[in-house]
Amino acid sequence: MKTDRQALGIQRQLRRSARRKRLLRISGHSIVYALMIFLAIVFMLPIFWMASTSLKLPQEIFAWPPEWVPSSPQWGNYAEAFGKYPLARYMLNSAILVIANIAGGLLSVPIIAYGFARFDFPFKSALFLLMLSTMMVPGHIKLIPLFWLYQKLGLIDTYAPLILPSYFGNPFFIFLMTQFIRTIPRDLDDAARIDGAGNWGILYRIIIPLSRPALTVVVVFTFVWVWNDFLEPIIFLRDWDSYPISVGLAFFQGRYSVEWHLFMGATLVSIVPILLLYFFAQKHLIGGLASIGVKG
Amino acid sequence: MPSFWRNMTAQERRSARTGYLALAPWAFGFLVFYAFPIVATFYFSLTQWTLVDPPVWVGLDNYTRMFTRDPLFLSSLKATLLFVALSLPLKLVLGLMLALLLNLKIAGMNFFRTVFFIPAVISGVAVSLMWIWFLQPDTGVVNTLLSYVGVQGPYWFWDRDWALPSVAIMSIWKVGGAAIIYLAGLQNIPAHLYEAAEIDGAGKWRRFWRITLPLLTPTLFFQLIIELIDAFKIFTEAFVITKGGPLKATYFFLYYFYEEAFRNFNMGYASALALFLLAVIMGCTVFVYRTSDRWVYYEN
Repeated sequence: MKTDRQALGIQRQLRRSARRKRLLRISGHSIVYALMIFLAIVFMLPIFWMASTSLKLPQEIFAWPPEWVPSSPQWGNYAEAFGKYPLARYMLNSAILVIANIAGGLLSVPIIAYGFARFDFPFKSALFLLMLSTMMVPGHIKLIPLFWLYQKLGLIDTYAPLILPSYFGNPFFIFLMTQFIRTIPRDLDDAARIDGAGNWGILYRIIIPLSRPALTVVVVFTFVWVWNDFLEPIIFLRDWDSYPISVGLAFFQGRYSVEWHLFMGATLVSIVPILLLYFFAQKHLIGGLASIGVKG
Repeated sequence: MPSFWRNMTAQERRSARTGYLALAPWAFGFLVFYAFPIVATFYFSLTQWTLVDPPVWVGLDNYTRMFTRDPLFLSSLKATLLFVALSLPLKLVLGLMLALLLNLKIAGMNFFRTVFFIPAVISGVAVSLMWIWFLQPDTGVVNTLLSYVGVQGPYWFWDRDWALPSVAIMSIWKVGGAAIIYLAGLQNIPAHLYEAAEIDGAGKWRRFWRITLPLLTPTLFFQLIIELIDAFKIFTEAFVITKGGPLKATYFFLYYFYEEAFRNFNMGYASALALFLLAVIMGCTVFVYRTSDRWVYYEN
């Protein structure tokens, strides 16, 4: 009997301490949550303000005190923005550039990385190091000679300067992909070789299908970089109609500096593809990058 | 035929040939997009050249002009260094703090990660447009909120003293990009180290200084170099928001280079500017790299 009571006491004590721990944890959590929610609101304010402005009437946008949420949202602003600025055209231009660059990356990067990862040849590590060191070269250093070269070739004001480099392998992607291929067991190559596959058969039937996470990184990063690129398009393109969305947006601002309700709508529309991409790719991206990425 | 090739077996030679063939696209790209431009920039920097006429050799004239009688060179360099000094430490420290928060195991964390990461994927142009509007002196959100607590907000991008700090604050909005990389580093730290430390009675603070921070130094090092190069290349924001103003307060180095090269077509002088910026960036990178064995911790 006595031991029973003792056991009960211990049990009660345990339960009490567990409850205290849980309470502590909940209060700790709620502080964390409060902080996170506060920070999240601060971080989202510029985006919220953009969205709110995009739905206002022209006379409301400079009103004081400002209206946080417009009382009668003007969805027609978006149609007006699309009608007034060649937004659709610019987004299409960006999409063409994105697709052409992704195709270039997917064509070139696996082949080059396969060479580095699977074959031995003299000067391999020196060449790999050279390739890595080009990752550190800031892009601005290349602009003047390339401008001269493209002018000689008659390629200024075409998409060639913005597309061609991707067909010769971006060093960051080559590095990423090489590291990834090295994690694929060579037994698989050997098995395929016994089945009669040649070097390129192994690349296309074994390596590429197994490299989906690395290729996802290539696709997503290329998308974001090309969609957001600004400096190269303003240098290599002249014709307004050929501008990608980032440049197009910047130039409206110079022209129509008071139509902030339309402008904010256009800006919001311009980031939608990037946001969609992020939501679709998020899982693969963080996983993929963490496994290959920076480990020191 | 070189000796290393003669000493290889037929099979080794076949493998080497395939390897070189696979590398061929990269090698071509390297020559056209890296080797040629870098060498050519060196040459052009020693000439006077407007793109229309052939380059005229002027020796080191561009460099003497740059270092002795170009106030714009000095002011744009100063603005850039100031921007780097303002934004880089803040981004590194706040990025780490944010990553520590985002590494907590609580429900809904994916949502928060997304929220903080979104600004990092938005284009510089879109961010700039958003922030012009966000920081409007009269009706912008920030100054409105400040006015509620009785503070008269500054003129942000439109004030000579505030323009550069404003661009720096705006760049910190993108800190989520750095935080995600830290987060990957944090998740690579083996959990058993924390468990062992906890058993030994190490508190949270101690665990952070003794485990988290040392094991995160490789990530910090990587991040420092990436952000450093990035900060020196600040351009788009100034181009879109301030046009380098007011009174050249945000006339950053790359902006000066852009205008010299592609507005004024002083290609020779602009090449010298480009090389100088390259030298500064490489100098900083090498410096960070040299000091790294003193503070970067490697497991092996």
